[in-house]
This record gives sequence, C-alpha cells and structure tokens, in this order.
Amino acid sequence: MLSLILILIAATFFSGIIIRTKSLASGRKGPGIFQPVSDVIRLFRKGVVYSKTTSFIFRIAPTIYFASIIMAMLTIPFGQNKGIISFDGDFIFFAYVLALGKFFSIIGALDTGSSFEGMGASREALYSMFAEPAFFILMGSLALLSGHTSFYQIFAALHLGSQISYALAILATFVLLMIAMIESSRMPIDDPKTHLELTMIHEVMILDNSGFDLGLILTAGYLKFAIYGALIVNLFIGSIPLQYSVPSFFAIQFLLAVSIGLIESFMARFRMSHNPQFIVALTSVSLLIFFAVLLILEKFI
Amino acid sequence: MTLIISFLLIPLAVMLLIPFSNPKWKSLISLAGIILNAGISGYFAVLTLLGHYFSFTFPGSLITGEIPVRIDALSGWFILIINLVFITGSMYGLFYIKAYATQKNNLTMHNIALIFVHAASIYVTVVQNSLAFLIGWEILAISAFLMIILEHEKTATLKAGINYLIQSHFSLIILMIGFMWIAHKTGSYDFTAIQSYSATVPATASMMLFLIFFIGFAIKAGFVPFHTWLPYAHPVAPAHMSGMMSGVIIKIGIFGMLRMLLIIKTDYYTIGFIILLFSVISGLYGVMLAILQHNLKKLLAYHSIENIGIIGIGIGLGCIGLGSNNQVLTTLGFTGALLHTLNHALFKSLLFYAAGNIYQTTHTLDIEHLGGLIKRMPQTAILFLISAIAISGIPPFNGFVSEFIIYTALYSWLGNANLVSVLSAIFTMAALVLIGGLALLCFTKAFGVVFLGNARRRLPDSCKEVSIGQLIPLYFITLLIVLIGIFPQAFIQFLSRPVNLFTISGLPDNNPFDGGIFDSLQSINFAAMGLVILITFLLVFRRFVLRHRTSANEQTWGCGYSAPTSKQQYTAGSFVRTYSKLFQAFFILGKEEKNIQGIFPVSGKFVTHPYDKIERWLIDKPLKNYKSFMGRFVFLQNGKLQFYILYGIVFILSVIVFPLIYNNLLALFDFFKNL
Repeated sequence: MLSLILILIAATFFSGIIIRTKSLASGRKGPGIFQPVSDVIRLFRKGVVYSKTTSFIFRIAPTIYFASIIMAMLTIPFGQNKGIISFDGDFIFFAYVLALGKFFSIIGALDTGSSFEGMGASREALYSMFAEPAFFILMGSLALLSGHTSFYQIFAALHLGSQISYALAILATFVLLMIAMIESSRMPIDDPKTHLELTMIHEVMILDNSGFDLGLILTAGYLKFAIYGALIVNLFIGSIPLQYSVPSFFAIQFLLAVSIGLIESFMARFRMSHNPQFIVALTSVSLLIFFAVLLILEKFI
Repeated sequence: MTLIISFLLIPLAVMLLIPFSNPKWKSLISLAGIILNAGISGYFAVLTLLGHYFSFTFPGSLITGEIPVRIDALSGWFILIINLVFITGSMYGLFYIKAYATQKNNLTMHNIALIFVHAASIYVTVVQNSLAFLIGWEILAISAFLMIILEHEKTATLKAGINYLIQSHFSLIILMIGFMWIAHKTGSYDFTAIQSYSATVPATASMMLFLIFFIGFAIKAGFVPFHTWLPYAHPVAPAHMSGMMSGVIIKIGIFGMLRMLLIIKTDYYTIGFIILLFSVISGLYGVMLAILQHNLKKLLAYHSIENIGIIGIGIGLGCIGLGSNNQVLTTLGFTGALLHTLNHALFKSLLFYAAGNIYQTTHTLDIEHLGGLIKRMPQTAILFLISAIAISGIPPFNGFVSEFIIYTALYSWLGNANLVSVLSAIFTMAALVLIGGLALLCFTKAFGVVFLGNARRRLPDSCKEVSIGQLIPLYFITLLIVLIGIFPQAFIQFLSRPVNLFTISGLPDNNPFDGGIFDSLQSINFAAMGLVILITFLLVFRRFVLRHRTSANEQTWGCGYSAPTSKQQYTAGSFVRTYSKLFQAFFILGKEEKNIQGIFPVSGKFVTHPYDKIERWLIDKPLKNYKSFMGRFVFLQNGKLQFYILYGIVFILSVIVFPLIYNNLLALFDFFKNL
C-alpha cells in the first residue's frame, strides 16, 4: 500500500522535473513542475474527436492501456512492505500485464488506418520485444542471488548476503533505467519532442487520441516512469528502516528525473536502424549481471 | 467392454449410413456419431482423471497377439481435449461445409473421414499393442488426408495433401523401425515389452530407442526441422479441419512422446536436454516465420509450431526434473506442458474458425487484401482478438497461465547447483520471452491488418457477420479460454492424476500438487479478476464522464493531407519490415518489385514471398539431388515391352539362382579366407 502511495506522489512531479531540467539546461526558465499534471486535468475536462475510420477498439484501447499500468503498479513493493499483489513469480505478471497494455496501444494505433501510426506501432512492438529479455534475465539473476521469486522477497533479501550486491544493484539500475527509457519512449530510443511524424515512435501512435483518452495515456506514461523509478529505488533500500527509505525514495526519484532530463538535453536520438543493436546490448549487460551472480555464488568451479 | 466395442461400431455404422442419406443430413449424422463416441470415451476419460484405471484385453489375431486397451489418466486428459475440439469443430463444420452442399460425393467422403479421424485419434491414445497402434496411426493419417483435400480440384490443395501424406508415412516408417526393434528383441507387440526391454539394456540403447520414437512423433507434432508439412496442410484444409488438425492431430504427436516417456526407462536427464533444444528452436523458428506470412492460415500454422515448442519446453523441463530427482521441477514442467496442450487446442482452433469465417465471407486469406473487417464482422473480430491475446500469453486469458507455470519451472530450475542447468535455464527463459514478444508483434499485425483500418481492396458487398449458429461453438471455446485464465486453480486440479504418472514417487494416490507449488495460481486468480474488474470499472467510468461531452467525428490525422486512400495505410509487409531486415539470416525472402517511374501515376507493385530456409536445405535440396541421381536410371524406363519382360526374367532368375548358389558362395569365401 505504501509503495502505491509513494509511486502516485512521485508520478505527479517526475515528468515535471524532467521538463524543468531540460528547460534549465537549454537556458530557459521552463514551466512549473506540476504543469504536466494540470495539462492532464485539463484534458480530462475536454470533449473528444474520433477518426471516422476507427472502431470501438480505438475507444477502449487507452482505458485498457491505463488499467494495465495500474495493475503493474500494484505489484511493486517498497522495501520491507509488500505490494498489493505479491506472489511467487509476480514479476512475470508485471511484465505480461504491461504487454497487455502494449497490445492495446498498438492495435489502437492501427485502428486509425494512418500510415504514420502504423509505423509507430510497428516500432513500438519491435523495440519492446527486444527489451523484455533484458528484464527477465535481470530478474532471473536477482532471483538466483536472493533465492526468491517475488519482487518483495527478492528486494528484501538482496543485500543480506554480501556488500558486492550493491555493485550489482548499480548495474541493474542502468538496465532498468534503459528499459524505462525504451518503455516510455524517451531518448536515446525515441525523442518525445521531435517535430516530424516520421521520426516518432510513441508520440505518433497517439496522434489521433484526444481529450479524456489522451489524458489517460499521458497519466499512464507518468506512472510508468514512477514505477520503474520505484523498482530502481527498491534495488537499494531492501533493509533500510522507513524513516530513511522514504526520503531516499524521493531523492532517488528526483535524481533519476534530473538525469533523464540531462541525458535528453545533451544527447541526440539514435538512428532508428541502430536502436535494435542498442537494445540487444542491454541484454548483454543483463547477462553480465547474471555472470556476476554466478561468480558470487561460486557456481563457476 | 461392450462400450468399447460400440465405440468401434459407431464409426462403421456412420460410414454405412452417410452415403445413403440426404446431403443435408450427412454432416449431422457424422456429428451425432462423434457426440456418441465422445460420450463413451469421455465417460472413461473423466473417471481416469478422478483416479480410476481401466484395462481391457482383446483377443486380437494370430499376427497381432493380444491387444491390450489401457486407459490411464494421460489418455484421459488427451481424450477430453480431442472430444472438446472435435465436438466444437464439427458443430462449426456444419455451417462451414454448407458452401460445398452441391458436391454430394465430396461431402460423403469428408464426413466419413471426419468421424474416422475422431475415432482413430482416441484409438491411438488407448491401444497399447504396436501393430494395432500403427494401424490406428495409419487410419488417422489417411482420413486426415481425405479431409484436407476437400477442395481437391485445386492443385495447391492436392500438392499440400500429398506432402502431408508422404511425411505422415515417413513418421509411420520411423515408428515402425522402433516397434520392430522391440518386437525383434522381445517377440511381443505389447507396450509393456518396451518397458521391460528398456529397463534391461544400457542407457545408450534405450536412449536410441527413445530418439527413434521421438523423431517419429516429432514429425506428427511439427517440431522443427520436421515441420515442413504443417504450413502447407493447414491453409488448404477447410477451416474446421485446420482447427482440429492444429488442436488435436499434432497433439497426438505430443501424446506419443509423453507415452514413450512413461514406458521407456532411460536417462531422462540427457533426453530432457535434447527435447529442450528441439523445443526452443521450434518455438523461435516457428514464430519468426509466422510473422512474415501473408496467408492468415499459414501464419496460424507456423504459430502451431511455436506452441508445440512451448509445450516441448515444458516436457523437456519435466524430463530434466525426473532425471535429477527434482520433484518440483517434474511437476511444474509436465503440468505446464499438459495445460498448454489444452490451452493451445482452445485458442488455436478458435483462431482457425475465425479465419474460416473470414475466408467464407471475403473469399481470401491474404491479409494484405483485407482490412476494416471489424465493422462488418464485429463478433468474429472480438473472438479473434481474445484468442490473439491468449496465444500471446497475456493475462487475463489462459495462455498466460500455462506460460506462467513454465516460467515458474524455469525459475525453480535456476536454483539448481549445476552450471550447465543454470545457463540452460537462463537461455531458455530468454528464448521464451522472445517468443512471447514476437508473438505479440505477429498478432498485433494479424489483428490490426485484417480487422482494423480500412479495407485495402474492395470487400464483397455480401461480406457480413456469419450466422449465430456458426458462432455458438466459438463462444463456447472463448468461455473456456476466459475461465481457465481467471480460475486456473480449479482447472489445474484435473491435472493432478496425469502429472502424477510422471512424478518420481509415482504412487497412485500421491498428489503431486501438495506442498503449495501452485499457491501462486490463487494470486493469479485474484490478479486476473482484479484486472477485469478494473478495466470494466474504468470503461464504465469513462462512459459516465463522457456522456455529456462533445464528441466529433473527423478524418484521421494525415499531416495535413486530407484525401488519403486506403492504399496508403500501413500494410502487413511494412509493419514487419524492420523485423524482417533484422532477422533476414533466418529465412529466405523473395521480392517482386516494380517501382513507379516518371511523373504520371502508373501501376507499381511490391510483393514478398517468405520461404522456409530449413525446408530448402532439408527437403528441397536433397529431393533435387535424389531426383537428378535417379534421373540417370531413367533409360531403364523406356516404355518398350520387351525390356520390361527382360527385367522380369532377370528378376525371377536371380530370385531362383541366388539361394541355389548361396552355399557355394559361402564355401568360396571360406576358401579365400583359408588362403
């Protein structure tokens, strides 16, 4: 329950901080950090425009996408506190319920019959497919290291063995951060601020969404960031008491948001055709963690 | 005993009845026969799942010896799957077959073959005499062939059918070799002889024996590289047959493997790794090729190969568990495999029936020509969507449950101390994840291109939703898909008996599910229900919020271009273009291109022809070489009667002369040796 509240709070300022960091880095003052939230609230009050080509799929897709993110959020624990849904293998459910949302956002995009949105959908499906093995290998390594198979138990038991696990947690942070960037379609995979439909991935998929539906999609995006942020925080706070872990949760989320803002300010997006290589490289980093775990457990004889 | 004899008599009675009946009644008679037989076999099957065991012995003949019929829980589980798919399939077939109502003889043949396929499928799951088994296997192959070639006036159909027939017989020959081995060594055709024989020989010999059977059954099941018949036979068969073939007939191959695992005592550990390797390759290769296909049913056929791979991963893990005395891994592996067998039978037959609806109304299966069908056929679209989500292994449907169990098996194996196991587990896991991701790419493509957007070519005006009667069996399957997805722990209980046959203790009253290995299914139940409730709530809430808002209908955003045509939409080919460029090493992609040149619009085209690389190297090339080699002897077939008489005389002479001089030859050899 605690994790749920914390994620919701983090989601309100996460995107705002990214935008603010980017503005400051480019020498502008930028909007307040709660601007994204008020954008969404305004969208929720608006009417909707539908394309004539679309069917009911287009109308239900954003809602199901949003619901899948909420379900995924419920599985996230916080340190010693379980998530609302917690069982052995819950991270499999986490990954697959996110896939449900992806499925609907893809077919929602295809429903418009627009070639731009088809293009975005095709890229989204391909890239997220490549990112998934990295996540599963990472969780597999952590499961092997801690001897448990649920988010809560893995994170609670992660640092009981030795201090080396903190080094692994740093590598794992990199993997999770990159997965978060891929899943939320940010740099260096996708540039949310690009001005041309041909170069977009996620933004082009939601070109035709408006009003309430667009609000849901944007909220889901903010939540997604906070969810991955919470996962990263969990890598470190397993055995820390609450009075320290809650502030450190916000500190790490803040740091993440700032670093994402900095990455986006000083880096250019990769060429589309180079993205798969980059994402596959992520899997090899996961494998690296896996081999490190094997070393720690002395499985290499 | 009486029940079993009546089971055998019903198909015969149906066979005699159908030719003399009114064409309208033919399908109904065969459906009635199937339901009767399903009732009889289902009675035994349900009892076996509750813990009973049946064994009957028929006197047989002089050649076969006694024919034992043994119905255990494994047979029971497969009999129930067979019955489920055949009853829904034949009910769907009643409507699908109406288009062929004028072809009287064809219908007669088709319906007789239908009941024989059903009876033979059940027959091979219970008969435990190798000769009797092979006869059933042959009846199954031939009657399935007759069903595939329903549209036999088309060359492609006949070709695919004959391809299937030849490969089925190849499978038969390999099984025959295995059974001959046993019969030669023990003099018995009973399956128990295999058990006692394999327990006495060294592990390498029993492993060879198992591998022979494995290959024989793998051809039927469609494991890569023995899969090449599958993508031809499924698309040309009528839709209900494709569904039944994918749901049941290839599963008979899986059944054969499981049966052999039960009776051949061998080194399960090594066998497990071999099965795992074949399965991972099948899973990946199947889905990789599925993505490229433009023919909807061919796409689904390649997905069957993928799912056979997933089932195989479960079986392989179970075997490894058996070999390393790991009770939990054994239970999880075999449970996952058996449950996925049922799940795949459900969603794959549903997908094929939905494809059948599309073919019936649009007369094409080329997805590049379709589009926007959701407005014409909303119910078919929803059914297709549910099964597409289920087959991608996404909650809250049944595909997720069995894949989850297999993942759990992998993670439990990961805790193993052995380095080889740990590495295999992590790579199998990565493969399974990749399979899931690729399946998502494939089914968003299939659903998106067929049902969404605008029609890419003009659809026939008659294109509308099929009748409700035709949809009822489909809804029934959907209900099961949803129920298994939301209440997995209720269904998993039926599996305790079949799985218990495989576990190490093997005591009849042992329940392998004790000890809480499936506790997480309870949580999946809650999570799945939570998901459904949440989605429903949000949809209702959205409706409530939007009830007074303005809502406008406009054109799709086209970057300011306001006169788009349906041809400008993304096609299936363009949707997977990046993918096909990345993975091009794994398949052959023929292209036909005609670019538009000049300033005035002229016709242009771009067509791709995906082709199977394994088929080229394993089937086409050897066949070509074989043909060219045999071509050298074509002079023997010169059409002159005198020569043929000469060949006959030479043959007869050699048959007579060789035994006469055989002893002399031996003496000659001895003489040379003594020198």
